[in-house]
Amino acid sequence: MAISLTETAAGRVKEYLANRGSGEGLRLGVKTTGCSGMAYVIEFSDGADEGDEVFESQGVKIFVDAKSVVYLDGTELDYTKEGLNEGFKFKNPNEKDTCGCGESFTV
Amino acid sequence: MALLQISEPGQSTKPHERRLAVGIDLGTTNSLVATVRSGQADTLADEQGNHLLPSVVRYTDVDVSPIVGQDAKQHAASDPLNTISSVKRFMGRAVKEIKHFGSQLPYDFVDTETKVPRIKTAAGEKSPIEVSAAILTALKQRAEQSLGDELTGVVITVPAYFDDAQRQATKDAGKLAGLNVLRLLNEPTAAAVAYGLDKSAEGIIAVYDLGGGTFDISILRLNKGVFEVMSTGGDTALGGDDFDQAIAQWIMQQAGITENISQNKIRHLLKIACDAKESLTENESVDLSVEFNDSNTWSGTINREILNSLIDPLIQKTIVTCRRALRDAQVNVEDVQTVVMVGGSTRNLRVREKLGEFFAQPPMVDIDPDKVVAIGAALQADVLVGNKPDDEMLLLDVIPLSLGLETMGNLVEKIIPRNTTIPVSRAQDFTTFKDGQTAMTVHVVQGERELVSDCRSLGQFALHDIPAMVAGAARIRVMFQVDADGLLSVTATEETTHAEASIQIKPSYGLTDTEIETMLRDSITHAKGDVEARNIREQQVEADRVIDALQIALQKDGDLLEEQEVNSIEVALLELNKVREGDDHRLIKTSIEKLNEATTEFAARRMNKSIKQALAGHQVDEFE
Repeated sequence: MAISLTETAAGRVKEYLANRGSGEGLRLGVKTTGCSGMAYVIEFSDGADEGDEVFESQGVKIFVDAKSVVYLDGTELDYTKEGLNEGFKFKNPNEKDTCGCGESFTV
Repeated sequence: MALLQISEPGQSTKPHERRLAVGIDLGTTNSLVATVRSGQADTLADEQGNHLLPSVVRYTDVDVSPIVGQDAKQHAASDPLNTISSVKRFMGRAVKEIKHFGSQLPYDFVDTETKVPRIKTAAGEKSPIEVSAAILTALKQRAEQSLGDELTGVVITVPAYFDDAQRQATKDAGKLAGLNVLRLLNEPTAAAVAYGLDKSAEGIIAVYDLGGGTFDISILRLNKGVFEVMSTGGDTALGGDDFDQAIAQWIMQQAGITENISQNKIRHLLKIACDAKESLTENESVDLSVEFNDSNTWSGTINREILNSLIDPLIQKTIVTCRRALRDAQVNVEDVQTVVMVGGSTRNLRVREKLGEFFAQPPMVDIDPDKVVAIGAALQADVLVGNKPDDEMLLLDVIPLSLGLETMGNLVEKIIPRNTTIPVSRAQDFTTFKDGQTAMTVHVVQGERELVSDCRSLGQFALHDIPAMVAGAARIRVMFQVDADGLLSVTATEETTHAEASIQIKPSYGLTDTEIETMLRDSITHAKGDVEARNIREQQVEADRVIDALQIALQKDGDLLEEQEVNSIEVALLELNKVREGDDHRLIKTSIEKLNEATTEFAARRMNKSIKQALAGHQVDEFE
């Protein structure tokens, strides 16, 4: 079981956490919604909730709830630029199909 | 797939429901757009990496989208009639006022029936609102490309001194660009928000904004989460460009150039001057070389000391304006808690040093002074679309000018003072002035001055069916309510009969272009004279009331007085009648007091008489 960050993503997360001034790390997860059934969650985390699994990658703590771990196992979080747009991108081997917009997916 | 940003815990949105918000600094020379991503606010760049978008729009043909920004700016000299710059100066202004700016404007203004001026271009007649909308559209496109979706809402900044008409024009431009304008925010307030000053409880903040061509100083007061603009000041023709001019002149002097040089050479020289100025913030001295013509190439060195001596007089001018703004705000330099620097020219070390000396504290310079306003607007927009937990503070809107009504003697009674946050509701009780008065006119006015004639009339209505009573006995409650959109309604109710009358006014539309600004300025300049005028009117009204009441009493109960007593009362009465016409309020007051004294005995006898009448025919024990 592993969830990791690329170096670029980790750099960004550290920068944003420093800017926020507080927070333990990053919370990643999935929730059921959207046109293809599931959507990614990416939030600041102020600490572990009960049942969380905690990973560490590139010096950043990643908190994932037990249910989401199943869907996110093997995921690498990257930070990329596409034209003027930039942001985090989930590279999830479990992902079978995404909706046209790419904001939700099925496994 | 979509690129994601980090949300606050629990604030994640569903796909396709992301709340994208941006802040826009719609500037005279340059505009910027900023957003908050993963909790961090920053301005957005175009494909070339430029954050600043020159506020220049060029119209080429009908049905062709205008060119905005750098590409348009390059044609300012070659195609001046179709290339509109500094359109912000025309927002919310009438043609008449724009012509007043002087003849240097190259544009063809069309006289129209409506108040909105139009500029003749290759693409037809364009209003300043449309030109601004073109700039906003360019920024909107940049933002949507950068954020990957449509914008939920925007916050646009405006100068603190913008009046309602100019604000309305800016809002309209936003709408025309297809933006959901959540709110307009004052530029100095946005700068203060960017520095997180809204998180402190209270304090006085000076925002010093020195751009390329304009200078603004604003004194703000933060009180319970509301920024009040206490005063503003500035110079619409003073900025970093003047620094360049001063350096260029120095170079010409050093090079011994006295004759006129070509426009091209001047432009070249100004570029060298500007580069030298910027370089001197990093380096102690800079070597210069300017080729004036084939036989004359000048080389020399400019150091910080020389630069400082050249620009000190200009900086001093801004400091004089700062001092005046502080005086207008009625605060001392020591009262200022924080000084915020805005505008590219505040990068200049000498400006920072001099400002630091004047305010006796180092100014805040951590955020890029070109971007700080847009960043503050973005932070506010982020809160307004709901990306922050609920406890994040919202900035509130305030009433720009006091609302009040006319009272006896052409005086204004302020009900809601300026800078009160809206929505608000305030009531005040009034009474009748004459015996048996059955109706009352409520005249609603807006402004800071003491006399009705110096304020703006917003409307009036009459309250009828007041039961006939002696003067001062009726109680009429006048309620002023301003809702969140600035809509004012005034209701007058007579307390015993509940007779009611009301009126609805939209103050924004009642005031024309520069009126708010002029009115505010007048209230400061005329403050002393106004108080004097008020004092006189108040004493005159009081004199009239006393004279009126006394004459009625004399008519009714004159027989209670000896001839001698009548005489002395009449002397005092005549005296008061005479001084009433004068302009010495103290003298009127003393005469009123004298008359009161002269009639004390009369009043006592009248009182006795009415008690006797009341008691007549009754047994004492009935009253036990």
